Amino acid sequence: MLCQECQERPASVHFTKVMNGQKTEVHLCDSCAQDKGEAFMSDDSAFSFNNLLAGLLNVSPVMQPSQPQKPEREPVKCSHCQMTFQQFLKIGKFGCPSCYESFRDELPPILKRLHSGNTTHHGKLPERQGGTIHLKRKVTELRAELKSLIEEEEFERAATVRDQIRVMEKEIHGEGGSPS
Amino acid sequence: MSLEKFLNQAVSSWMNEEGPSSEIVLSTRIRLARNHRKYAFPTVFTKEEARAVAEEVSAAVHKADERLEVLKMEELQGLEKRVLVEKHLISPNLAEDSGASAVWLSDDEEISIMVNEEDHLRIQCLFPGLQLKEALSKALQLDDAIEQHCDYAFDEHLGYLTTCPTNVGTGLRASVMMHLPGLMMTHQMNRIIPAIGQFGLVARGIYGEGSEALGNIFQISNQTTLGKSEEDIVEDLQRVVDQIIAQEKSAREALVKASGIQLEDRVFRSYGTLRYSRVLESKEAAKCLSDVRLGIDLGFIENVSRSILNELMILTQPGFLQQYAGGFLRPVERDMRRASLIRERLEMEEKKDKGGSEI
Ligand SMILES: [Zn+2]
Ligand SMILES: [Zn+2]
Repeated sequence: MLCQECQERPASVHFTKVMNGQKTEVHLCDSCAQDKGEAFMSDDSAFSFNNLLAGLLNVSPVMQPSQPQKPEREPVKCSHCQMTFQQFLKIGKFGCPSCYESFRDELPPILKRLHSGNTTHHGKLPERQGGTIHLKRKVTELRAELKSLIEEEEFERAATVRDQIRVMEKEIHGEGGSPS
Repeated sequence: MSLEKFLNQAVSSWMNEEGPSSEIVLSTRIRLARNHRKYAFPTVFTKEEARAVAEEVSAAVHKADERLEVLKMEELQGLEKRVLVEKHLISPNLAEDSGASAVWLSDDEEISIMVNEEDHLRIQCLFPGLQLKEALSKALQLDDAIEQHCDYAFDEHLGYLTTCPTNVGTGLRASVMMHLPGLMMTHQMNRIIPAIGQFGLVARGIYGEGSEALGNIFQISNQTTLGKSEEDIVEDLQRVVDQIIAQEKSAREALVKASGIQLEDRVFRSYGTLRYSRVLESKEAAKCLSDVRLGIDLGFIENVSRSILNELMILTQPGFLQQYAGGFLRPVERDMRRASLIRERLEMEEKKDKGGSEI
């Protein structure tokens, strides 16, 4: 088979490209494959995992163990960019930040599959926008501390921690956040 | 243009500097994906929205670090973009899009920030050798500075919201480029690659899955971005990379012990090929460069600088070959140009080292 790029040398690199749900066979010689080599090297490329994902999501049915199958359900659609959940599955990419909110119920099984079972962010918070989220996280930590202090019967220290939590919760409410 | 002048323009400082563990780790890259809260993602945004995003996030980037300089994709020639791709400063995706995409670069090319790639912002730090913590802290510092002027799409439970669900959470991709001839020659990579997967990491050869890695170079990176902190992701990667370095070192020792003269012979044959060939296909060039680099690491070859593999792997890509030639080249012409560029480059090393050790 000749290389489809240069039509000069025999094709030695073969792979399947999946883009927008469309599968294409690609056959290249070493030289042209290296031309495209940067595509293999970059994690952002058309040949990368990200795009293969679209194919992956299409093949395996999305499991929704908590919800029984409803036969005639309204298609889920993003209220902001109008992308449907079906479209998302097809291309494997969201249309806008609001899609995450609109597809919230459908996402956990997908995220679990992609992120070794994880569905919750445990990383950095934006400094400026982090606002009450920082406080909420701190409250969660303090609650755990409070629990272990009570178990250890360290009641005096527990009382201090409890007061700290109260102050923080007041602050969270004051800023319009809801109690977690 | 003389090769020396060309090199001065083409080689980023990170390429010819030596970093920690640089006998095995060529470079470290940290990437953060970020988006503006207000706009649709590049998947669906309109031309007008694309312009608005570019303006707004670019202003934020500029305020965050005034030393960064912008290159707009629509103002660049095809070949110029290709060279940026070959230097890993932009992705092929960004090069294709002539919408309102751009890249902000630092002088030394350690920082590159892509605008309107798959995400509105892709903050990237590229360091020589193994410097995961350093690169991460630089990227996070830039991220903080940009966030002061840009409202990120962020969710309390899901973290940074990205176009692709594979990046959501930290938006962090940490990758380390490793030269692993010892593990390849002792057939250990087939065992190591699946093992790496168990840590939420992935190892890729340049040619991708299923085929031999070009020049024995592998990229090891994290696959999951959700559920772990940035520091934990980087620490896990560091631990695995340290393991691989140790195994590569012992594979090299074992090879020298078991078949030192054969190895030395292979190294010098490859050196001869690079030094005297008139036609060199990319795959053969990569193999020989890998051998020569191993020869330098093992002390067989003393008058060639270690960064030569890093440098020549990039300079012998089609974009650079054509830039050096000053125009379009057919594949056969590229193979000739590749051979002559490598010949000239090695000749330069020999001259530089005149009076030094004999080959
Ligand atoms: Zn070809
Ligand atoms: Zn949407």
